[in-house]
Amino acid sequence: MRYLKLLFIACLTLLPVTGHAADDGYGYPIPGAHEATILGTPAAMMPTFPAKMRTRQLVLDVIPDREKPPVFFYDEGLRCTFAYHKQKAPLIFLIAGTGAGDRSMKLMTMMKAFYQAGFHVITLPSPSHANFIISASQSRIPGDLNEDSADLYRAMQAAWKAVEGEIEVSSFNLCGYSLGGTQAAFVAKLDDERQVFNFRKVLMINPPVSVYTSAMRIEELMQQIPGGSKKQGVFFNRMLSKFSEFYRYGNFVAINDDFLYSIYTEKLFSHEETAGLIGLTFRINLAGQIFSSDVMTNSGYVVPKNRILSPRDSVFDYFLVSTHLSFIDYFEEYLFPYFQKQQPGLTRKAFIESMSLRSIEGYLKQSAKFGVMTNENDFLLTREELDYLRQLFGGRAKIYPRGGHLGNLEYTDNLAYMVNFFNL
Amino acid sequence: MTVARYHTSTLFLALLLWLSLAGCAATRTVNNQAEVPARHSISEFRDQNFAEVSDPWEGFNRDVYRFNYYFDKYIFLPLVSGYESVAPVFVQERVSNFYNNIGEVRNLTNSLFQLKGKESVTTLGRFVTNSTLGLGGLFDPATSFGLKRHSQDFGKTLGYWGADSGPYLVLPVFGPSSVRDTGGLIVDSSIYYGLYTLVDPFAHTGQSFALDSAVTALGVIDTRHQQSFRYYESGYPFEYYMVRFIYHEKREIESGRPLPKL
Repeated sequence: MRYLKLLFIACLTLLPVTGHAADDGYGYPIPGAHEATILGTPAAMMPTFPAKMRTRQLVLDVIPDREKPPVFFYDEGLRCTFAYHKQKAPLIFLIAGTGAGDRSMKLMTMMKAFYQAGFHVITLPSPSHANFIISASQSRIPGDLNEDSADLYRAMQAAWKAVEGEIEVSSFNLCGYSLGGTQAAFVAKLDDERQVFNFRKVLMINPPVSVYTSAMRIEELMQQIPGGSKKQGVFFNRMLSKFSEFYRYGNFVAINDDFLYSIYTEKLFSHEETAGLIGLTFRINLAGQIFSSDVMTNSGYVVPKNRILSPRDSVFDYFLVSTHLSFIDYFEEYLFPYFQKQQPGLTRKAFIESMSLRSIEGYLKQSAKFGVMTNENDFLLTREELDYLRQLFGGRAKIYPRGGHLGNLEYTDNLAYMVNFFNL
Repeated sequence: MTVARYHTSTLFLALLLWLSLAGCAATRTVNNQAEVPARHSISEFRDQNFAEVSDPWEGFNRDVYRFNYYFDKYIFLPLVSGYESVAPVFVQERVSNFYNNIGEVRNLTNSLFQLKGKESVTTLGRFVTNSTLGLGGLFDPATSFGLKRHSQDFGKTLGYWGADSGPYLVLPVFGPSSVRDTGGLIVDSSIYYGLYTLVDPFAHTGQSFALDSAVTALGVIDTRHQQSFRYYESGYPFEYYMVRFIYHEKREIESGRPLPKL
């Protein structure tokens, strides 16, 4: 995800966008849901953070004696980033969204905001990220909310064990964005049963209500590509030449913020094309998940069964194959069959229902520690799901008028709300 | 040419380390169980390939990529973080500006090679402004005067005059490159050392070897300090292809000739 973003947007973080004169008192400038999702927040609209933090990366041995194939030689354990203060402070765990690692840009911004507000912070990769699949997933097959959350919970305990001698903690808190937000709810429920951390407060940011429906909605974005997702290569190459021609016609110095800003203002990509690019980014992420899981389990899904890949082998064909598989393919051919084998009698319907906040709504309703923060135009949610969140969390649901999916996460107001939620 | 010698020996050391590592890479796990074809294979998709770059030496490149990871991990990055912990941020910024200002010489020569008049004047203006008002390059007032930095190098010059990038190449220590850009790197370094010898700033100090070496070493550390890229940090199993694609495409786009306005 990071790399595709690098091509299309990377430097946009310095974007000099003029303030959006909306009359709703909310200053986040980008009205379109797709555009906001891709562009994120202009750097001038993010708060400034201290240059130096006490921070280091933890490399955790969550599952002892885990065998790692040679192609993943660089994976030495689960990577978490830890930022800490010398004095006693509350600790917050941050869970990344789909496909993101412990140092994703969004997590780093959140980490700085919480650190500045006096929190110790530990960031965790998403269970759908290759590092997590390789080093921290018991089944090595991500996708089930209950199992993934149990894996996360185990990882948090390992992280806490690694640092508890160094810091003083006044309370434990939990926050996650996107898929990580939904997982945070399940982790908190598990913690209420096992009582290790006794989380004081839990915030979900742009969470899907149902993981299955949300994934389907992202896949729908791909359908806006001419010829559908099976022609994503053609689409990608066409977008690339558009991008490169636009550069060569203009008088640009480099692929930098000015250039990327004009892509937005000149509307180089249409609404449908922007949708296609979001869908494609999701697919590229998903490919990493499919490939790592397949190699770790030797399932013979995209890599021939029993083939041992060395670090110097080409895996380009697997890249192309994996990116052409949809979430539905993964679900129907790989994920669900695995769980059906584990739990004979499990129906497809019951499995899909278990991948939703609704499956634990009784718990969420009776606990005052939860809050949710999302956007009116987050395309992951249907109108009905948005109303469901409103009704479930009442006053603890903060819904911004725009921002798409996570586009406004790094915006000053949003970060302030986030931190404040945990200070109350 | 003491600095050049220092530089060559660094490169030699790097190559030696890399060769020893490549030896280890040859040993691979053998699986005696028969392979079974995968459920999905490339033959079932009728689509264009994407993010593809000519890379006939992929095995070699992947070995070097891996070598760079270890080189970073055990040698380069510890030096960089040592530097970062010793020098205050203010000093680090001055050091970066200083070397970036020296880099304007490379930008200027290549703007001239590409016969880009306006750009050459801008770059010369930057160099003169920052060398004087910017106190020998420690500060960058030129940018606030609206003189934008134009990064140029001989690889881009070759590309501008129509030379193909040639196959992708990962260089020890330097990282992603291509056959054309490697040639460019050699030319730029030669020009740099040629000029350096001509100027020979420490000739009369009696300690020119030590000082030349220190300037080079700090320059190398500053270069890595300014680069946030870390090998395998994304954890993404296809990171090699993403890096290859982004590198190649960025170079192609930036070195291409502008098209006439429609």
